[in-house]
Amino acid sequence: MSTAKTQLACKPADYKSDIKPIWCPGCGDYHVLMSFTRAFAELGLPPEQIVVVSGIGCSSRIPAYTNCYGFHGVHGRSLAVGAGLKVTRPDLTVVVASGDGDGYSIGGNHFLHACRRNVDMTYVVMDNHIYGMTKGQPSPTTEPEFDTALSPGGTGLRPFHPLVIALASGANFIARCFSGEPNETASVLVEAIRHPGFSFVEILSPCVTFRPDEKNWKNLVHPAPVVATDDPAKAARRIMTDDGFNIGILYRGDRKPYAPETGQALVELSELEKEFEL
Amino acid sequence: MPNAQNLSVAFVGSGGAGALTAGSLLLEAAGAAGWQGLLIRTVGPQIRGGEAAAVVRLADHPVESLPDHLDLLIGIDWLNAQRFGAEIEVGPHSLVIGDPRGGEPPKGIAAFGAPIVAIPMKDMAKAIPDGRPNMIALGIAGKLLGLGEPAFLALFEKWFADKGQAAIDASRASLKAGYEAARDLDLGRPIVPPKAGSTQKKWLVSGNEAAALGAIRGGIRFAAAYPITPATEILEWLAPNLAKVGGALLQAEDELAAINMIIGASYGGTPALTATSGPGLSLMIEALGLATAAEIPIVVIDVMRGGPSTGIPTKSEQADLNIAVYGCHGDAPHLVLAPQSVGDCLFTTQWATYLAETLQTPAIVLSDQFVGQNHAIIERPAEIAFLGQRSRAAEAAGEYKRYALAANGVSPMAIPGIRGAQYTADGLTHTERGIPTSGAADHQIQLDKRRDKLERFNYGDHWASIEGTGNLAVIAWGSVTGAVREAIARAAEDGIEVSLIAPRLLSPARPEQFAAALRGKKRALIVEQSHGAQFHRYLRAHYDLPAAVRVLNRPGPLPIKPGEIHRAIKDWRL
Ligand SMILES: Cc1ncc(C[n+]2csc(CCOP(=O)(O)OP(=O)(O)O)c2C)c(N)n1
Ligand code: SF4
Ligand SMILES: [Mg+2]
Repeated sequence: MSTAKTQLACKPADYKSDIKPIWCPGCGDYHVLMSFTRAFAELGLPPEQIVVVSGIGCSSRIPAYTNCYGFHGVHGRSLAVGAGLKVTRPDLTVVVASGDGDGYSIGGNHFLHACRRNVDMTYVVMDNHIYGMTKGQPSPTTEPEFDTALSPGGTGLRPFHPLVIALASGANFIARCFSGEPNETASVLVEAIRHPGFSFVEILSPCVTFRPDEKNWKNLVHPAPVVATDDPAKAARRIMTDDGFNIGILYRGDRKPYAPETGQALVELSELEKEFEL
Repeated sequence: MPNAQNLSVAFVGSGGAGALTAGSLLLEAAGAAGWQGLLIRTVGPQIRGGEAAAVVRLADHPVESLPDHLDLLIGIDWLNAQRFGAEIEVGPHSLVIGDPRGGEPPKGIAAFGAPIVAIPMKDMAKAIPDGRPNMIALGIAGKLLGLGEPAFLALFEKWFADKGQAAIDASRASLKAGYEAARDLDLGRPIVPPKAGSTQKKWLVSGNEAAALGAIRGGIRFAAAYPITPATEILEWLAPNLAKVGGALLQAEDELAAINMIIGASYGGTPALTATSGPGLSLMIEALGLATAAEIPIVVIDVMRGGPSTGIPTKSEQADLNIAVYGCHGDAPHLVLAPQSVGDCLFTTQWATYLAETLQTPAIVLSDQFVGQNHAIIERPAEIAFLGQRSRAAEAAGEYKRYALAANGVSPMAIPGIRGAQYTADGLTHTERGIPTSGAADHQIQLDKRRDKLERFNYGDHWASIEGTGNLAVIAWGSVTGAVREAIARAAEDGIEVSLIAPRLLSPARPEQFAAALRGKKRALIVEQSHGAQFHRYLRAHYDLPAAVRVLNRPGPLPIKPGEIHRAIKDWRL
């Protein structure tokens, strides 16, 4: 990191925009925003070198609340936008933000392939186990018995396990955070961004409006009692058997990021037509 | 219509018989001898094997459509050849050659009463070590078309280099046997070979390859790919060639990812493209609206095939016009362009890239299987100056307005890395700064802006091909334009003057220019390859047509031939 960069902006406030969030008072996503700005400040990156990309949902509104470049696209496709951006602009720091509906349901296929592709970017999912923006429908991580208008009496379906899926699909860094601990979350984000390849950070972020029960999450979370492993088998066992409130970095892999060489033309443009000449 | 400088030959054979190889070699050798031409490959529904036919049409001028009749048809064998009956028409003047051991010729051929000359290609091939009946067929065709053997011999060296000297020798011996077998035959009509030496540099290229080259020339440096027939060749050509020019191609997990990847790349400042066909375009529609609203240039080539749904993947149709022009929800004006020939795929894609970058909007290029997958020998297309150059924002001290109003509707775009111009690109209705809003005024202002930037732009003369003077105008688009041109030329020989209006730019519509093109026209004949007459409806929606209108529309898979259009012109007596 050059000294020029570190001098530029290093207060969290420098990474915050003047746009007032639309979030409900008490929404966990405010704290996630705070963790973002703290992490960016700690990394000392110029805000114009960071791009926050998202899809659709309450959580996906986060890009415009930062003072970085932002991209607020369609529902579920943010990882594809991030991949196209990072591959062509390896100089940028790309952070993709999503919700449990955006990332695990409509965007589920892209999640698998982003883990597998292992482009050097960080994927943050603000998981509130509900579709917040559309006012309380079950998401892939909603508990089976949770009653909603769309699923009277609960879905009866087993929740999706994002961390296990990320591990099995090839994510290179896996962590779980809790929005109510913005300092801890910020340091995990710093590590995730620094780690080469595809880093996946699931942040438990309560929806106080449609899941008031999640206000109790602060009493359930606890630091992971172990250090991060680079052994996928160990990580799998740990993730599959924990209680879902185990907070910390759970896996750190060493796969080489996917980064095709770009920028250097090897031939003149006029060379390309040669194959058509008779 | 016998014309000394317009010849058509078809090779037919079952899977593995090598009809397509024979066709490709014939086209290339004829190109080397100065002909222009088109190779139309038709394959059965099987992906590998199955039956295949290759039609080679040669002329001393550009060839852009199927012939009405063949001058020469060679059945390497006739197994399943009836599948091609409607595409491969023989006439009373056709010469048909078949192997007596290759099965019964299709009924349609016998019905025409054309003589069938028996040449035992299979047995002849057996007498040659590693001999190949298709190379004997090629020799027969070469002899009948007056092409010299050396042209082929040189090609064998190139084509079969990796198969070894034995394969090259076997092909040579087979070719010679073909020449020998055809020694006493002739086509029954004169052939005037193109003048050697006077010809300009020639290319042998498919529309898909031409489109891919046009994209790179226009500035494309990133592509995302999800394979689909008949567009895959664009992506496969781009993969190695983008890498050569410092770009990259990503294989996406689906078309939803492909289009969002190119949007991401373009947002980052790299001109980007994807290519697909109808099913893929259907998946891309939501993101096309995003790129329209967020004003992010991208290019999407749709190589149309038979639809709806999976339809006929290997055959051409012009039925994606509606989805391309009207597919997006909301009012989402964007560019739609259509190439009119194999060579025009280069120009149109390059121009589309230039326009997308200049106007900061998506451009859909509506190519189709016919121009996309067929190979043509064309004169080297002229180099054009269109290189996409987006208006970029500079480092900003004060407040940067990404969607600022401007007289031409195009606001300078900040690219990540530019200090002080950070903004969030958004598909939500937004203010000039890009901040989400649901206000009526902002909504109206940004809708106006995006409409006006497209409508006020000066597209120059490229927006349409406008030719001829007759007061009967044939109005066509895309790949049928070639057949229409030929029909108009034939009508001129009958003394009937007919004009052509073929828009290359389909969206935005150009009402003033169209009205000018139609001035003085009393009748319009609309030609298109769509069951629902989508183009006719499109014209009705956007333009005033003369009182007398006729529509010649038909779905795929059979191409509309010049003869049909010529007949429709002749039949419309006043
Ligand atoms: C294609 C499409 N389908 C449906 C929607 C409606 N929609 C908006 S947000 C959302 C769910 C968001 O849930 P999540 O990602 O968990 O975000 P949260 O609001 O909970 O943060 C849905 C279904 C949409 N915008 N686009
Ligand atoms: S609905 Fe839930 S997730 Fe959305 S802003 Fe309100 S509290 Fe947050
Ligand atoms: Mg949610």
